Amino acid sequence: MKFNKKLIAGAILAATASFTLSAQAEGVNKITGAGSSFAYPIISKWASEYKTEKGVEVNYQSVGSGAGIKQIIAKTVDFGASDDPMTVADLEKNGLTQWPLIMGGIVPVANIPGSKQGEFVISGPVLADIMMGKITKWNDPALEKLNPGKKLPNMQITVVHRSDASGTTAIFTNYLSKVSPEWKEKVGEGKTVNWLSKGNLGGKGNEGVASYTDRIKGAIGYVEYAYALQNKLPYMDMINSAGKRVAPTMENFGAAAANADWKSAPAFRVVLTDQPGDDSWPITGSTFAIVHTNPENPGNVKAVLDFFKWSMEHGQKAAEELHYIPIPANVAKLIETSWSENIKLK
Amino acid sequence: MSATEKDIKVHLHTQSAGVIWDKVFKGTAFAFAAMVLIVMLAIMVMLFKEAWPTFAHFGFSFLYTSEWDVVNDKFGALVPIVGTLVTSLIAVLIGVPVSFGIAIFISLMAPSWLKRPVGIAIELLAAVPSIIYGMWGLFYFAPWFANTIQPFMTDNLGGVPFIGQFFQGPPIGVSIFTAGFVLAIMIIPFIASIMRDMFDVVPTALKESAYAMGSTTWEVVWKVILPYTKAGVIGGIMLGLGRAMGETMAVAFVVGNSLELNTGLFYPGATIASTMANEFNEASGLHMSSLIALGFMLFVITFLVLSLAKWFLLRLEKSQQGDET
Repeated sequence: MKFNKKLIAGAILAATASFTLSAQAEGVNKITGAGSSFAYPIISKWASEYKTEKGVEVNYQSVGSGAGIKQIIAKTVDFGASDDPMTVADLEKNGLTQWPLIMGGIVPVANIPGSKQGEFVISGPVLADIMMGKITKWNDPALEKLNPGKKLPNMQITVVHRSDASGTTAIFTNYLSKVSPEWKEKVGEGKTVNWLSKGNLGGKGNEGVASYTDRIKGAIGYVEYAYALQNKLPYMDMINSAGKRVAPTMENFGAAAANADWKSAPAFRVVLTDQPGDDSWPITGSTFAIVHTNPENPGNVKAVLDFFKWSMEHGQKAAEELHYIPIPANVAKLIETSWSENIKLK
Repeated sequence: MSATEKDIKVHLHTQSAGVIWDKVFKGTAFAFAAMVLIVMLAIMVMLFKEAWPTFAHFGFSFLYTSEWDVVNDKFGALVPIVGTLVTSLIAVLIGVPVSFGIAIFISLMAPSWLKRPVGIAIELLAAVPSIIYGMWGLFYFAPWFANTIQPFMTDNLGGVPFIGQFFQGPPIGVSIFTAGFVLAIMIIPFIASIMRDMFDVVPTALKESAYAMGSTTWEVVWKVILPYTKAGVIGGIMLGLGRAMGETMAVAFVVGNSLELNTGLFYPGATIASTMANEFNEASGLHMSSLIALGFMLFVITFLVLSLAKWFLLRLEKSQQGDET
């Protein structure tokens, strides 16, 4: 009996030792990241595929973009992720560098009783007027003019927004600021803004906005495309900067990303809203990964770069399944060049 | 040595050991009690220090302006402060009478086989996590309320002069009123179980004598039990009120999270705790400081409310002593 126990203990010890040895041989076997909840679904999907393929664990905490930036500055994680790109000055001050890791579309969703997905169309300035409370009824002349021949109800509009500070709100309000000078002056852009519409309602997370919009007749909100699809919310088509009506599709999100000028933007600081091009979906955004340029533990950052390199080469399918837009190959090249230029990995 | 001498010696010996232990015991108890004060003081100092940039920047206008504009760094706490006070007030107005009824029923009227199950059920309700109440409020209560009670109240009370304005709002179900109602349900178990414990310790002799003199149950409750237990009852209400003011998760679910000032109770609003929970993880600079200033205000408000209750209690006792002499 005693002998048996010893044997088992020894076997366990040996197994553990060989496991640690093999892990050490491959280098870092665990990296941590924190930030954007917008990118959480895709990062966690990549992480699970990456773990089975390469044996490296990626532990990503969806704590919000701002918190992600704070954590990477405080060096408590190996990479941060933010929907709002950092400014070049902030990056330099903290010894950081950033690149886009994934892109996605944000769509306006409206609960107009009896309407179908994509039945109605809205333009940026009209959307801004609704969100500011200047347009309060669905049968407002501005909306009727955009939707000739369609029956719009005489119904109060309830504006639904994010109650938590969010990168989605930052992208959405960035777009409204671009298309409406009045919005820019009165409200501005940010992760939390002062919603002016009377009786406006805050829901927590994309799911909170989706559920309120789904339930409240006459509500209008904005969510990530994936949430609108999953919850079968009636999204609206939009008029883009070229004056064309576009539907929220992967192709049109991709068009916005392709038309963006990544090459000449320092630190990839491009916000993909209101991009030119006939097919560009106007409210498109991207999430940025952030790492230290001169890291204390280069091994971990090397592992982070390996992970994102892998995601750009092998992660497209997973991204498309979750309705994100993967990074185009030409942009991926730019990103890898920027890594070798900026990050010191002895 | 005689037996008595020995006894005395042993007694003296144990006494001196007892004295030392007593001192240690006293010292430890004092240290623990002092810790409460130190922790409270430390929290206050920390909150005030972190909130100072906001107080320095806005002064008293932080308390009475209603604009909460993160983009332009303009912060006024009126909406969350009013939201906290109004939701807690609604909670107490609904919760206290119900709790009172529950406690009286359990302690005076329930047959003995029913006392325990009802009592245990109440204690179980107190142990339900607040997020459960929040989800119930959001998914079941709010839609039902929006379609039935709220239109009824708006139709029948909305036209009444002065008070009518409080019953206005869009029929969406998530509002200041809903938050108050959900809070009421959350604080009922606390208040009810404290009240019941209080009512149970009223000496039977007192109650029996009152009954013997021909009092009705109502008179016994009103003239014997309540005067005897008022300190505890008010304490229980205050505990419930404190919980209502600080409740975060359930309120964030049903209050609507809108930082806009409305007189209508059916409009979405915000409370101090819900605003902090919503915005804290993405805040920095003056925004962060203002959120902490909100927390400081919650501290101050709770303190004021508790002091007011204490003062009220003291006055009540004094006036009663006056009656007796």
